[in-house]
Amino acid sequence: MWRRWTSVLRTPLGVAATALTLAVLVLAVVAPMIWTDNANAVDTGNILAGPSGDHWAGTDNLGRDILFRTLVATRLSVELALAATAIAVVAGLVLGTSGFLLGRRAGRLISAGINIAVAFPGILLALFFAVIFGVGATGAVFAIGLAGAPAFGRLTHTLVAGIESRDFVSAARIAGVGRPRILVRHILPNIAEPLVVNATIGAGGALLSFAGLSFLGLGVQQPHYDWGRLLFDGISSIYVNPAAALAPGAAVLLAGLAFNLFGESVAKGLGVGVVGGIPALPPAPPALATEEVSVVEAHHEDTDLVLDVRDLEVTFPGRRGPIRPVRGVSFGVRRGEAVGVVGESGSGKSLTALAVSRLVSETGRVDASRLELLGTDLRASDSRAQRQLLGTSLAMVFQDPMTSFNPTRRMGSQLAEVARHHQGMDRRSALARAVDRLRSVRITEPERRARQYPHEFSGGMRQRAMIGMGLMGTPALIIADEPTTALDVTVQQQVLDLLQAIREADGVALVLISHDVTVVGEVCDRVLVMYAGRIVEDLPAGALATDALHPYTRALVAAVPDMDTDLDQPLAVIPGRPVDPADVPPGCAYAARCPLASARCRTEDPALVDAVPGHRVACWHAGEPIDVEVADREQVRVP
Amino acid sequence: MTLASSVASTSAPRVGVLSHPWVRFGLRRLGRLLVSLWVLVTASFLMIHLIPGDPVRAALGPTAPPALVAARRADMGLDDPLLVQYWHYLQHLFTGDLGTSMISQLPVSQIVSQRLPATLQLALLAFLAAVAVAVPLGVLMGVLTRRGHGRRTELAFTTSSVVVGIVPDFLVGVGLVYVFGVNLGWFPVAGNATPEAYVLPVLSLAIGPAAILARIIRVEMVSVLEADFVRTARAKRLPARAIYLGHALPNALTASLTLGGLLLSAMVAGTVLVENVFAWPGLGSTIVSSILNKDYQVVQAIVLVYGVGVLVVNTLVDVALALIDPRSTIRED
Ligand code: SF4
Repeated sequence: MWRRWTSVLRTPLGVAATALTLAVLVLAVVAPMIWTDNANAVDTGNILAGPSGDHWAGTDNLGRDILFRTLVATRLSVELALAATAIAVVAGLVLGTSGFLLGRRAGRLISAGINIAVAFPGILLALFFAVIFGVGATGAVFAIGLAGAPAFGRLTHTLVAGIESRDFVSAARIAGVGRPRILVRHILPNIAEPLVVNATIGAGGALLSFAGLSFLGLGVQQPHYDWGRLLFDGISSIYVNPAAALAPGAAVLLAGLAFNLFGESVAKGLGVGVVGGIPALPPAPPALATEEVSVVEAHHEDTDLVLDVRDLEVTFPGRRGPIRPVRGVSFGVRRGEAVGVVGESGSGKSLTALAVSRLVSETGRVDASRLELLGTDLRASDSRAQRQLLGTSLAMVFQDPMTSFNPTRRMGSQLAEVARHHQGMDRRSALARAVDRLRSVRITEPERRARQYPHEFSGGMRQRAMIGMGLMGTPALIIADEPTTALDVTVQQQVLDLLQAIREADGVALVLISHDVTVVGEVCDRVLVMYAGRIVEDLPAGALATDALHPYTRALVAAVPDMDTDLDQPLAVIPGRPVDPADVPPGCAYAARCPLASARCRTEDPALVDAVPGHRVACWHAGEPIDVEVADREQVRVP
Repeated sequence: MTLASSVASTSAPRVGVLSHPWVRFGLRRLGRLLVSLWVLVTASFLMIHLIPGDPVRAALGPTAPPALVAARRADMGLDDPLLVQYWHYLQHLFTGDLGTSMISQLPVSQIVSQRLPATLQLALLAFLAAVAVAVPLGVLMGVLTRRGHGRRTELAFTTSSVVVGIVPDFLVGVGLVYVFGVNLGWFPVAGNATPEAYVLPVLSLAIGPAAILARIIRVEMVSVLEADFVRTARAKRLPARAIYLGHALPNALTASLTLGGLLLSAMVAGTVLVENVFAWPGLGSTIVSSILNKDYQVVQAIVLVYGVGVLVVNTLVDVALALIDPRSTIRED
């Protein structure tokens, strides 16, 4: 506990606030002992004088020294603020715990009352109470204290509600311990820390509020004086001696800030610490072996390519050096072709899609020896022409249609925007096209729907609208990242059918990213299997079931339940864990989970090479029989 | 077939007006407003009765003849049973009768209506000024300090806005008076006779809330820029301006609006102090002088007016929030 409190000293602001708070407290104790006489000494020769050698901050209308008076006023100002805070905390505790003590119904009533009171600004409540308790220091202490009570009440109530449901409280209750006892023994100790922190902040607020009331003439009355009272007296002569108002004003400000910032810093220190800086990125290592690149080149040197990707790498800064979740990916997509990308989460498949479409967040770095859409290099910096090409020729469909639309804008305008920005359409014709596109993705009553907000659409409709948004331009490629994962099973097929229909009708190429081999096998012509940021197999979808060569692909296929699978049994999963991108082992990344792994696998990384034409695989033992016994033995059945 | 069923399942069945989300939202909000109003009115009624001693004696002073005090008490109905007085108080409120000042003998409603416009002007101008500064500043800071950017800028901005946000408005006012009034002589420091006279009071009221609001908008902006729909907007290849202002800002503002409402009601109340710094002829200077003069009828009425102002602001904010982000009306159901 103590160490956590001292964590406030870790930031410069925290250190300053702590030092200032201590200084104020020390001054509050010693200043009146030392300087009371100086503060009360009347210098009739120097009435309302400006700053001088004798009186650093000048004098007031009786010729008393402003600086000494300001210093001496520290005690009264701090005392009154602390007293008011104490009242606020105690009254807040009573309010906030009464719900727990008195039972549900009374508790509800009290918390409703608190909520109403909290809605009124503190100064208003303070004025109200100041009228009732009368003008003067005592009245003001109660006024400010009670004005702060609702806020503390609410805080206490929230804290108590948080603790109330914990096991040890229930246990004590079952053991027959009375509520007051539970409150004192179990609950209060657990909420003390946040309460104390907030009380510190509250003391800062009380100090400032008190200065406010005294400044209005409603707080401390002569001959006593706190900072607010000095300010009240000083402001009327601000043209004669500005220091008479500025000195107490500065004192209030410093002390108020000190308490406040000290409290805030402690609160922050008790919470989450500040994260260290990001280490600089080392330059990316040279891309994959040239041998592999030439193989790829031989493969896809054809002009029909919509998308052409070579040696794609994505790198993020990490705590312990750069992390590279995509480690050299090369593939092409032909006109009208449907390519599936499968792999477990963390295999880099989604990031590959984001990198290809230039949507990786700015902290990440994308490198590639080639990255072309329709023959245009996407690696060049963001130009208007490039934006237009991407905006009209590449459509993206994201996983979660709930969050992928802007909740505050109508559907129609979100679609129309594309045409307005890239095709130069005016608002009306853009909207007409949006309605037309909504219709084309089989949304009924598209005119009405276009005027609705995203939350008024169902999940499946939203996903179809997302596809429709991609069709605002004339896409050559649709990249769909898990487009059905977040949807109801009943509407998944609709969305897949829609994608299929668009592909057939307009010759649009499709990259479908999914963790589900079955979906990919159904929809796609070709399948890329990714593992640990690399493509480990690239094969025709038809070969998936029987002719997959890579052990990982075969494991993925085997994990799919078929007609014979006993559905009461849990699904088979691939044993072991996916590779952590921050910690990729040498050799084949799959070796730790692979039933065929040999010594070579653990040291040498297999390149992606042709097995047969149109089928690439990265494995030293591609296609070798897997001992069923071994495989079965290693299959982990998750409960 | 499947399409039809999915459409049917999403459009809510409309069984009578009362189940419409907007109607339910309106009723719920109205209910809360009425309860708060009742609490406010009752509190302001009780205020006079909670003051220890005789309020009339206190107002007229110890030298006033007992007959006068008794007559005044009878005028005000202070000798009736409490419930009867309460009933009369409510009746008078409905007719706009706020009583008569014990000091000036003027109808309180007249005093309030004379003083109210100046206070309203001050609060509204200050709110507009705060928003006009905070929104662009917060958005700019949000973009500059979005994930992976501007750590130093963020630290500097957050620290300075926290500090500025804590400084109470009347101290800002005193500082402004000193710098721009006493030292530079650029602006008048009292009254509201000229347009220039508005500058310093409005600034004193606006600076702190502007800092707080800008800080919140920055935080919201940074988190909204990470949202999926911003990625969608980027996938549409919109220009940066359209992404930041068209997509991110409205959502960042929605979240900031609740706080903006709190700030606005705090500003309504903040006029009390600022008016007293600048001798502004509004409700704030009147309530303070009335408290000092023990003119409780006036105090009671002004407390009520301020309270109603706060409630109206809170309600407006809730409605605006619902209009901007319709999900919030549904969510509460
Ligand atoms: S290279 Fe070795 S470890 Fe890697 S998949 Fe092939 S057999 Fe398994």
